[in-house]
Amino acid sequence: MNEGFRQGGQMSAPGVASTNTRIRRKKAHPQAARTTDRGSIKAWWYLLPALLVFAAFLFYPLGRSVFLSFQGSDLFGRPSGFVGLDQYLRLFTDPGFRTVMLVTLGFTVLTVVPSIVLALVLGLLLHQKIKAVRFFRTAFALPFAYSVATASVIFGVMFNQATGVLNGMLAFFGVDRVGWLTDPAWALLSVSLATVWMQLGYNLLVLSAGLGAVSEDIVEAARLDGAHGWRMQRSIIMPLLTPQLFFLLVTGTIHALQSFGQIHILTKGGPQDSTTTLVYSIYEQAFANNNSNFGYASAQAVVLLIIVVVVSVVQFGILERKVFYR
Amino acid sequence: MSRTATPSAAGANARTGSGARAPQATAGTPRRSRRPLTLGRVLTYLALTAGAVVVLFPVYFGFVGSFMGPGDINSYPASLWPFGGFRAENFTGALNSIPLGRQYVNSVVMAGLITLGQLVTSMLAAYALVFLKVRWRSFWFALFLCSMMVPSEAIIIPNYLTMSSLGLINTTSALVLPFLAHGFGIFLLRQAFLSFPVELWEAARIDGAGHFRFLISVLVPLSKPTLAALGIWSFLSAWNMYLWPLLVTQTPEMQTIQIGITQLRSADNFNAGLVLAGTVLAIIPTLLLVIFGQRFIVRGLTAGSIK
Repeated sequence: MNEGFRQGGQMSAPGVASTNTRIRRKKAHPQAARTTDRGSIKAWWYLLPALLVFAAFLFYPLGRSVFLSFQGSDLFGRPSGFVGLDQYLRLFTDPGFRTVMLVTLGFTVLTVVPSIVLALVLGLLLHQKIKAVRFFRTAFALPFAYSVATASVIFGVMFNQATGVLNGMLAFFGVDRVGWLTDPAWALLSVSLATVWMQLGYNLLVLSAGLGAVSEDIVEAARLDGAHGWRMQRSIIMPLLTPQLFFLLVTGTIHALQSFGQIHILTKGGPQDSTTTLVYSIYEQAFANNNSNFGYASAQAVVLLIIVVVVSVVQFGILERKVFYR
Repeated sequence: MSRTATPSAAGANARTGSGARAPQATAGTPRRSRRPLTLGRVLTYLALTAGAVVVLFPVYFGFVGSFMGPGDINSYPASLWPFGGFRAENFTGALNSIPLGRQYVNSVVMAGLITLGQLVTSMLAAYALVFLKVRWRSFWFALFLCSMMVPSEAIIIPNYLTMSSLGLINTTSALVLPFLAHGFGIFLLRQAFLSFPVELWEAARIDGAGHFRFLISVLVPLSKPTLAALGIWSFLSAWNMYLWPLLVTQTPEMQTIQIGITQLRSADNFNAGLVLAGTVLAIIPTLLLVIFGQRFIVRGLTAGSIK
């Protein structure tokens, strides 16, 4: 939210990925007993508002995205007839798109892994019995108030090559100016850095909640068996946190795949396409400079959809069984 | 969230290094034993402080920088304090260079309508799924859950074309309509409604209440914490939206605050202090929500992540 909720992805709820698991695990709930009056048409009136919105702005566009991806487009972006798999063939032969996928992969790895590892380290440290927990908790939660746009704007000022505060600090140590957003070697790293900052608080929150739920009995039993310190963290606490870690891995990946604002505000996909991720490429093809290349953009949108669905399905299909649940 | 120190935890620290004496210490000494400042604890504090400094730096810089004049903020090496004095003119400048006030109102209206819409549609749908006889109940619920899997970016082109063909580009309707329902809200409220015993409905029916009455006057008051969590979550995500408002608004008077502050950057003479003042103004509502609605945010955000 980024959590999810903050990244502007209204349709990507932070709690999404593992909701499915939750349902499956609660299968035994006596739903049938709640069926009060049989054959009520009334129920439809209750479902209708939500269904109408979904039909108009979710299911219909879903179909139309697929439809458009089989269409060429004329200069004004109107579908110009069925072209079969041409748009997809173009995807696979276009070296530009290969770069887009590599950048997307790089961005995902560079944001998801550090934000989880850092949150885990900070979470475990916070879980020690220390003073000032409240202070640290608040400090780590404050970035929550920042939207992708506000955070990106602030990072943009800090990353400024000529006058930015980061280069100012480097100058203090006698290091040359870095082209944070203008050097192709640095740009993706810089955008990822800003994204990790945005994501860290949420990850820490989820892990803290998980740590808070670790049963004292288990910890106590392990302690009697002589586990303490690092050994305790690694062999007892960490396995108990796997559901949360896994949840963050999946939602973080989906989130990273959907990131747009920070790229649009900080680099506009540049320099030299070094920060053009899949979503940014969709935007660029369809909307930037009135490109109106809706067919090609839709094919990329379908690719995005497939990746996100596969990640979600893998979550509650295969990998979940390997996660340790209490 | 606060954990009370347990005797076992206190004992563990005393035990470090000497295993033999530890059980005695646990059993014999008073529960609140004072923990010695070991090297490990010093390192813990150091690491946490370092983390906090790094995390808080953009917050600090964004706030302090918003008061700096160009002389301070563009100095090199960078100035971390407004030596030229705290200036309020960045704020007035930000308010004057773009219709920030108007964009504020736009954001409030948009986020408010979306929140209201999601609360209503989720409440009704969740009620039907829990308390009414619905054909293919599990199918509908699965459908709502699946809807959360679809990334909005993947369907943004058709949605834009729909708004465009309806002639709704640059209107509040375009900002609000696609988000009036959300699978997450339905899921969250269904969980809440499932926790109430079915006898509740039977008692209400005996008292002569219909379904709608029961929902409004019994379930809604009972589910206030969940409704608050959902409301805050909806409001925050709507307030923070970026791509959709960027696409469907065209004039500065219709744009939301998130788009507005980025326009401050592209002004002719880039003034960092002005831009930062814009961000300070833009985060005030969410900052208040984060401070005062923290427990609801935690509840809403972690729904689904904790078994």
